[in-house]
Amino acid sequence: MDFTFWTDPIKVVNQWLMFTLTGWGLSGAVASVIANLLGIVLLITAAMVLDIMLVWVERKVVARFQGRLGPNRVGPFGLFQPFPDIIKLIIKEDITPDGADKVVYNMAPIISLGSVIFLWAVVPLASTIYGVDLNVALLYLVAAGALGTLSIIMAGWSSNNKYALLGAFRQVAAMISFEIPMVVALLIPTIIAGSLSLQDITNAQVNGVWFIWLSPLGALLFLVSAIAELGRSPFDLNEGESEIVSGYHIEYTGMKFGLFYAGELLHAFTFGGFLAVMFFGGWHGPLASQYPLLGAFYFVVKAMIGYWLIMWVKYTVPRIRIDHMLAFNWKFLTPLGFALLIVTAIAHSLLKDLGFWPYLLGMLASNIILGWITIEFLRASARKQRMSVQAPKPVAQH
Amino acid sequence: MDASQVIFILSAALIIASAVMVVTTGNLIHAALWLIASLFGVAILYAVLEAGFLAVVQVVVYIGAIAIMFIFAVMLTRKEMRDKGPQVNSSWPVAAVLGLLTFGGIWVIFSKWDGLGKLPAEIAGGSNATLNQLGVALTSPDAFVLPFEVASVLLLAALIGSVYIAMNKK
Repeated sequence: MDFTFWTDPIKVVNQWLMFTLTGWGLSGAVASVIANLLGIVLLITAAMVLDIMLVWVERKVVARFQGRLGPNRVGPFGLFQPFPDIIKLIIKEDITPDGADKVVYNMAPIISLGSVIFLWAVVPLASTIYGVDLNVALLYLVAAGALGTLSIIMAGWSSNNKYALLGAFRQVAAMISFEIPMVVALLIPTIIAGSLSLQDITNAQVNGVWFIWLSPLGALLFLVSAIAELGRSPFDLNEGESEIVSGYHIEYTGMKFGLFYAGELLHAFTFGGFLAVMFFGGWHGPLASQYPLLGAFYFVVKAMIGYWLIMWVKYTVPRIRIDHMLAFNWKFLTPLGFALLIVTAIAHSLLKDLGFWPYLLGMLASNIILGWITIEFLRASARKQRMSVQAPKPVAQH
Repeated sequence: MDASQVIFILSAALIIASAVMVVTTGNLIHAALWLIASLFGVAILYAVLEAGFLAVVQVVVYIGAIAIMFIFAVMLTRKEMRDKGPQVNSSWPVAAVLGLLTFGGIWVIFSKWDGLGKLPAEIAGGSNATLNQLGVALTSPDAFVLPFEVASVLLLAALIGSVYIAMNKK
């Protein structure tokens, strides 16, 4: 026994659990199923407890961005505000509209939150603390997003409400479009690390350099498409309070709405975590390799910073029009993503054998050059548009 | 009976039950949702067989793209989404015979295969190896690079064609 609780907590707890369960007379297979189930329940519970606190974080941060104080009555700094919120949600009347499709209507919020919980199976909290080290984890992220889309279209359709259906249509149009730059952005760390597994990607950054230095454009691309996938401002057309009231969850009351809300918050935090894993070294930090719990702490801090970035954008940028949003995706983000993919692939295969510094500087330079070309291109196109607007119009002859 | 067999039986029951519901339900949206349940069951089977890549791609492509497109098309084109007509037409005996023949053919092929009773890892040699092998096989000239590129060109042609049809010609 060369390991202790502080170097490999999951293994120690698992061994103790297996020892206890088999001591009670259970067979090894049954005991291992029970131990794994307990692990799953523990992970989901941890994510959901964190989710409760995210309600407070979100409300406090939005308040500070808008020059307010935010919740400050219940507990120190309003820290216990989520609990009255939850009690309120639970005791509200649970309404199912008359024309609604009951089964689909009630399943949609569960699938919505479930598609986010799914993601936690692959999140590497630390070197030894993770659900499963899937070798297709990044594709798994896209698959869970597909289930999220499904839940929104189910909610929008089954509510039997025009606003809900419009919101669902908008969200699906946005998600299907922004999935393309998202997948391209996921391919950037895949090329650099040579693996789709989140553990391998983190280890490549622990042994080398954080991928944000190798591909800042890739990180930006992922952040933008993640915000679109989350349906948060400036891409919150699915909710569009001023246009379609609140989109797909307009008919939901009480805790069913609460599930959508909890799913959205946890989703944003989880994408902050994925940003941390792919571009900011995941659990990497001082002493994190020896003490996994410290690594998990670093991971949560980095994920919180990513979540804060997403909130910063949400509460600063106003909503954009849907044709602008789709044009932004198809005419700007997608071509930029493919150009970045080609440049990264070529630069990686040319530079990877040249040693640490030439590789780092070469990759960074390729990103900066591509970014500079993009900005020049945008400037030229904006100038052309300005010229065409400013050009003297032929005056009608009288 | 171990855990993977229990999961297999449950997901096979899910696949068959939802497949039956797809063709028997009168509501088109419900049919699409049952189809999604069936496709998800197939993804579970892939996962049990340790074909993680196929399982995830099944969800991304079939549920995330094709089934969503089904629902989208149904919601955009049909006002009344309830089909009250008969569930079968006159050629159902032919379809039943063809279905039985296909099942029999698969049965015969699998009964001759020596991989039955082995663990997935014994056949494939580690799950990470299969993903890498798949990637290499799709891009290596002495494997599947030609069909892969032909499929890409076909998809590109379909993409350009759809843009051309949807374009507002003035």
